[in-house]
Amino acid sequence: MTAALSLSDVTLGYDGHPAVHHLTGRFEPGSLTAVCGPNGAGKSTLVKALAGVLKPIGGRIDRGGLLARDIGYLPQAAEIDRAFPIDVFDFVALGRIRRAGLFGRLGAADRKAAQEAISAVGLEGLERRQIGALSGGQTQRMMFARLMAQDSRVILLDEPFAAVDERTMGDLVGLIAQWHAQGRTLVAVLHDFALVRAYFPRTLLLARECIAWGPTDDALAASNLAKAQAMSEAFDDDAGDCERAA
Amino acid sequence: MYDFLIAPFADFEFMRRALVGAIALALAGAPIGVFLILRRMALSGDAMAHAILPGAALGYLAAGLSLPAMTLGGLAAGFAVALLSGVVARATILREDASLAGLYLVSLALGVTLVSLRGSNVDLLHVLFGNVLALDDQTLLLLAAIATVTLTGFALLYRPLVMETLDPAFTAVTTGAGAVTQLAFLALLVLNLVAGFQALGTLMSVGLMMLPAAAARLWTQRLDAAIALAAALGLVAAYCGLVASYAWGLPSGPAIVLAAGFLYVVSLVFGRAGGALRNLPKRRHLEA
Repeated sequence: MTAALSLSDVTLGYDGHPAVHHLTGRFEPGSLTAVCGPNGAGKSTLVKALAGVLKPIGGRIDRGGLLARDIGYLPQAAEIDRAFPIDVFDFVALGRIRRAGLFGRLGAADRKAAQEAISAVGLEGLERRQIGALSGGQTQRMMFARLMAQDSRVILLDEPFAAVDERTMGDLVGLIAQWHAQGRTLVAVLHDFALVRAYFPRTLLLARECIAWGPTDDALAASNLAKAQAMSEAFDDDAGDCERAA
Repeated sequence: MYDFLIAPFADFEFMRRALVGAIALALAGAPIGVFLILRRMALSGDAMAHAILPGAALGYLAAGLSLPAMTLGGLAAGFAVALLSGVVARATILREDASLAGLYLVSLALGVTLVSLRGSNVDLLHVLFGNVLALDDQTLLLLAAIATVTLTGFALLYRPLVMETLDPAFTAVTTGAGAVTQLAFLALLVLNLVAGFQALGTLMSVGLMMLPAAAARLWTQRLDAAIALAAALGLVAAYCGLVASYAWGLPSGPAIVLAAGFLYVVSLVFGRAGGALRNLPKRRHLEA
């Protein structure tokens, strides 16, 4: 298992309207990549496709022998139902579901892993708190704890720091750095260029197609950012078939 | 007291049968109702209950008030509508609530028309409001079987369903069981709507499903406790409704639903986990 994600000529979209065109490239094993780009650039769409939630319209995604389900995926915070009556421990323990099985019992090792993850994100003492009673920052810590309990070799994060306070962001960035040091492959959708420049060695700049993909300083060069901006102003949501497909 | 609370059931078999049927409905309806609320499908459940009518009515046209024919028809219509409403929501610009409202109006009108083609107003009333006091052996067995299947099904489905409701994207990625879980839940829902249809009629078949579940949600933040409480409230409503209908000559189906409604209104006001009075400072309670 190489834990690399390779894309060859991947086109993604909803209802036949492409949102990401002809993307080719490779997330190397153990790499830490930020996905940046203007609103509507297809960043979340790309992450969903990498996670296997969305099937490509065209092209191929090679997960290097990993099953989609072995990938750790952090959806945008808005996608979970925070009114659901479940406590923090049970939520984090869901990360062990691949190991315990959909119907199996959570073993002592699973409980220990969940508890360690909760401690690692600084939510110790809140195990029996309902998730609806957590603050935005605490919720995101809990989501990271579930990812940690999953112990995946590939981790995909969709806007992990949206609506999160400074201190939480600092702690969570620390966790990402730790996962990177452990040799996991990480891909994160981010908006904050300063943060990306500081912590993410590689960047994919996306504006419905690949503008740049490489070392962060090169990818986020002024010329590339201007190009991405110009492309985003020309986005046409009603575009039909892909023009270059012909 | 004995005369009021126990004698109706000791003296009359139809009261005992009604109680057993309502107990089966309340037990199976509790988990379904709680998850319908959590999945924000309370209205879809009601709309689907109406949508069962034309199927049952076709069965009625073919064979009169025959249990197997009306049940089969109802099941077929229920599954068809469950799948169709999803398709309509995906294939057109209508959201699921609009497409459900459309399906439900058409089904109700179609069902009433079909029944009227052949039957009397008495049969129509039976179909619309059920007849919990006239449950025969066959029907009781059907209700009990559906309750058994539902509770067993929930034992298996519980964890995937919790996951799918809480975080569909994570569930789809991690288990790949999202779609199967949704379908299994819809199947259990349709089964219970058909059961409710037999006892409470098409217009109120979700009464013992939704009202106790909504009431229970107002008392507890825990899912397992909410389901247990919903079942308990459903049993209380079934019993009290039947007692009231016997004592005061009320129609029994509506009496059961009214009893459940009373518990719901009390919970709305006093429920500790979500009722209207939960935020009043304690001190004022003591002074009052």
